[in-house]
Amino acid sequence: MAVMTVIEAVRDAIREEMQRDSRVFVLGEDVGQRGGVFLATQGLIDEFGPSRVLDTPLAESSIMGIALGAAMRGLRPIPEVEFADFVWPTVNQLIGEAARTCYGTNGAVPVPLVVRIPYGGGIRGGLFHSQNVETHFFHTPGLKVVAPATPFDAKGLLKSAVRDNNPVVFLEHKKTYRLVRGEVPEGDYTIPLGVADVKRQGTDITIVSYGLTLHYCLEAAEQVSGESVSVEVVDLRTLTPLDTETVLESVKKTGKLLIVHEDNITGGVGAEIAALVAEQAFEYLDGPISRLCGPDIPTMPFALNLEEAYMPDTEKVVQALRKLAAY
Amino acid sequence: MSVVIELPHVGESVVEGTIGKWLKKPGDMVQRYEPLVEVVTDKVTLEVPSPVTGSLIRVLAEEGETIPMGAPIAEMESDEAPPPTPPAPTPELVSLGSQSSEAPVGTTGYLVKNTAPVGPTGGGPPPEADTEVPPQVAPAVDVATVDVTAVAQVVKEATQAVAEVTASPTDSGVRLSPAVRRLVQENGIDIGLVQGTGMGGRITRDDVLKFIESGPKTGAPVIPAAAPAGPATDAGQDEEHIALTPIRRMIADAMVRSVTEIPHAWSTVEVDVTGLVALRSRIRGDFQQREGVELTYLPFVIKSVVESLKEHRTLNASWGGDKIIIKNRINLGIAVAAPDGLVVPVIHDADRMSIAGLARSLNDIAQRARQKKLTLLDVQGGTFTLNNTGALGSSVSQPIINYPQAGIMTTEAIVKRPVVRDDAIAIRSMMNLCLSFDHRINDGAESSGFLQAVKGRLEAMGPDTAIY
Amino acid sequence: MAQTKPKSRSNLAKAKDAGKASSALPSSLNSEDLIDIFTRMVLARTTDERIWALNRQGKVPIAASSQGHEAAQLGSLLAAEKDGDCFLFPYYRDLALKMSAGLTPTEVMLSFMGKAGEPYSAARQFPLQGADLPNKIIQISNVVSAGLTQATGYALGCKMLGEGTVCLVYFGDGGSSQGETHEAMNFASIHDVPIIFICENNRYAISVPQAQQMAIDDISSRSAAYGFPGFVVDGMDLIQCYEATHEAINHARTQGPVLLEMRVERFMPHTTDDDDRRYRPANEVEEARKLDPIITLANVLIEQGALDQEQVDGIKAQAQQAINEATDAAEAAELPDVSTINDNVYAT
Repeated sequence: MAVMTVIEAVRDAIREEMQRDSRVFVLGEDVGQRGGVFLATQGLIDEFGPSRVLDTPLAESSIMGIALGAAMRGLRPIPEVEFADFVWPTVNQLIGEAARTCYGTNGAVPVPLVVRIPYGGGIRGGLFHSQNVETHFFHTPGLKVVAPATPFDAKGLLKSAVRDNNPVVFLEHKKTYRLVRGEVPEGDYTIPLGVADVKRQGTDITIVSYGLTLHYCLEAAEQVSGESVSVEVVDLRTLTPLDTETVLESVKKTGKLLIVHEDNITGGVGAEIAALVAEQAFEYLDGPISRLCGPDIPTMPFALNLEEAYMPDTEKVVQALRKLAAY
Repeated sequence: MSVVIELPHVGESVVEGTIGKWLKKPGDMVQRYEPLVEVVTDKVTLEVPSPVTGSLIRVLAEEGETIPMGAPIAEMESDEAPPPTPPAPTPELVSLGSQSSEAPVGTTGYLVKNTAPVGPTGGGPPPEADTEVPPQVAPAVDVATVDVTAVAQVVKEATQAVAEVTASPTDSGVRLSPAVRRLVQENGIDIGLVQGTGMGGRITRDDVLKFIESGPKTGAPVIPAAAPAGPATDAGQDEEHIALTPIRRMIADAMVRSVTEIPHAWSTVEVDVTGLVALRSRIRGDFQQREGVELTYLPFVIKSVVESLKEHRTLNASWGGDKIIIKNRINLGIAVAAPDGLVVPVIHDADRMSIAGLARSLNDIAQRARQKKLTLLDVQGGTFTLNNTGALGSSVSQPIINYPQAGIMTTEAIVKRPVVRDDAIAIRSMMNLCLSFDHRINDGAESSGFLQAVKGRLEAMGPDTAIY
Repeated sequence: MAQTKPKSRSNLAKAKDAGKASSALPSSLNSEDLIDIFTRMVLARTTDERIWALNRQGKVPIAASSQGHEAAQLGSLLAAEKDGDCFLFPYYRDLALKMSAGLTPTEVMLSFMGKAGEPYSAARQFPLQGADLPNKIIQISNVVSAGLTQATGYALGCKMLGEGTVCLVYFGDGGSSQGETHEAMNFASIHDVPIIFICENNRYAISVPQAQQMAIDDISSRSAAYGFPGFVVDGMDLIQCYEATHEAINHARTQGPVLLEMRVERFMPHTTDDDDRRYRPANEVEEARKLDPIITLANVLIEQGALDQEQVDGIKAQAQQAINEATDAAEAAELPDVSTINDNVYAT
């Protein structure tokens, strides 16, 4: 099987879906001639032409509005927001309009679009090239939200997202673009949205995570296995719809839960999972639900030590696991 | 015909309006829906349309006059009948109690009830001074004491946000996690026998699982055992040794404690339940069909018992060493033969249920006891216990009190016997009630008084007895 | 700096020609077309008036009026209908347009009363908001000018599919200030998107007059900045509106976007929650009503001998009757079934 990076997997997914369905097209800043600032769409304009790989003016809100309009006509646009930090001008069209279109027309007008958004920090991006933005979309009924951590998941999930008839926010952690490599099978395959993946089995503690931190969790689980702590690692993969069944099943087995995400702790995805587990698996808890997340400051700062202080990493996860194991 | 036009309700609890300008005068022809008059309310100035086609005879409210919604404003001559006016939404007046009109509003404020809210896309100014008195409010919190700088401290702590494990187990009293409690419940474990290896000596789930796996311990019991505690030897040919289940051990310990600590005394009465038998046989079929559960004699007995316990409160009590502790709630334990052994689920506040309710409750706990689905709550808090030994054919029993209660009563088998009534022999359905009681708390007088009360109630049951 | 009173450009200079309209019919229109559109205009006006009366009775919670805008809305609608391959993205004031595109009076009333059978959104939205696909209309929200980039994307999509559909997107003078209006026009021009931007300029964005909305007089002049044509149209004259739209459709289909600034008068406050006596000069509305497009079109029809006064009155009476029936039917109708409240959050 081929081994590739996340960005390569994303590119393959887009290409294959554009080959498969002529209604699929890409639009965004720098996506065409340059192939995207992260090279996510490199080579596509040569294969599909400038009308299907559209370099748009620098106007995020119109990128989303136009994509929404095209989706209403029945095309399947893949707009790109160049950095999550620039997603805010699109929020009116994405959260205000696109999320409400199917419901507000009682199902008459579905919106089959996928907005791809590089997000997350740890790459010296400072306050405006490192943001985590997932909860705002997670909290919006009508949107689906996907956050893969591996090349295999990224490709399969992106294909499913393109084929889904709903507006999907596809979050790609930019640090995983080149730093995460993995096996990706040949040929067409999809991974269904809304299904989490147990990436490591264990019996003592459940970790739930997604995105970049998933990999730190796997490393930490490996490390503490040498201390006789058996950790099960659940990769959410999709945030909306949330695979509560997999999470609950795991917690019922282990009795202890640690949620890890880079996003700010207050009101993050972890808060929702904690509430769900407390509601539905209370009788199985052998320890308090714990969270290891970004602190409540507006994104990770530029200075190296400050960025490191913000970001969860393997060592911090190990500490949290040890503490929970000892309870 | 003459038709009276009323001021229509604009909805949203606007209660009155002032006549602004009449747009038609007496003698004018008016089409249905044509504006008749301008009315000013606190929300908006509205033009009241005519509900019928006809001619305006006379005006019943003058310009400048303030009238309530629903009041007549005009009389018209028309062939049509006006559509019925929907009833006025009753304006909610805030309950005032003994509130005086000088009561301060406070910084918390209150919700105004008698006024329409703003419209969906805008609204006029708020109404003039409220006509109602604001509700009594709690004294305002001294807002000045809130330290705003404390908030800033959160920002300073820009280190990793790890949710602190605040629920650390304490030494005094055993705090059990939900997982541990569930395991204890399901397996009938005496938690005092389990060693805790968690933080601060906490009993972890693993500790309980290991305890279960390793089987029952032969550690020192709580009170001296009556049986010799010799080492377990091979059974040999003359004997067979049956290992104790956790439940059997628990029952054994409880029985020893009760018999050792409580001075038991006993009393029995014979009860003529002929009327009850007739009643039950008459209604049980219907009841089963309607409620889906069987109607046994037990709900009737329970009803009689709880009513009698209310009168004889020292039977619903506990010995407190230097005092008698009377329990205010009546939580009746019902002995049930579960697959693993005797278990006593409790009907809490049994005095608040009807006979039908008790029947349902009994059915539920009996089922769950058989299925081993009773929870910790189900078996806790009992204040008096009933045991239906009669179901096993017994006619007299000497039950052991469910420690630390004041009494336990059995209902014996109902048997048709010849008895003397009005100086003649009659065949009556008879049932014995056997009471064991803590003689420290009650003497023969109280215990017999209680039994007589129960007997009296049971013998009075008949066609007039209310089931619901 | 001393605050100067903002100038307010007025249509009133034309009041002296009030009631007069182009008497020569364009070749693509005949008398039957005009009588039909006149009938629909009268019905729309009658409906509009009835809805306001119902609001004052507490039976309709919210309404935005199109009184005064009818010629712009129906003139452009007629051109779209005649063309046969257009798609419309109206805005919240386009009651006359949406109604006349193919709804029954009862459907309109159901919408305003929020009853079951509501055509645009199953009564989930404000009246006449959502989609009326059989009549080729989408208006997702009333966030001002959110529809402009959407319409641009829709039209782009049609072009990508090789279809000849032209989109007409409507907005007001206030809507022309939104950032996305600029973005939509810019994008449409770059890619020659087949779209017509129709601005119904009534000189008031709720209460803010045009002089405080922009420093220019002609909204239509903005299209030049993006490189496509823009025109001022007399929005009180249905035939002019028709002709301008007719031309614009042909241009949009073959060359690219067009901006039509249709100058209209708003006869009513912004919505039923507004009181325009707080900000409009006294008598301004009274004067504006002299330019009533219904009067103007009636005069054209009478002048041409297509209708006489009695027939005009007959049309008005029929409209009254239709609206009376519709009101009764909608009042008697059920509320939506609560058990459907979670339906269609997602498409399958």
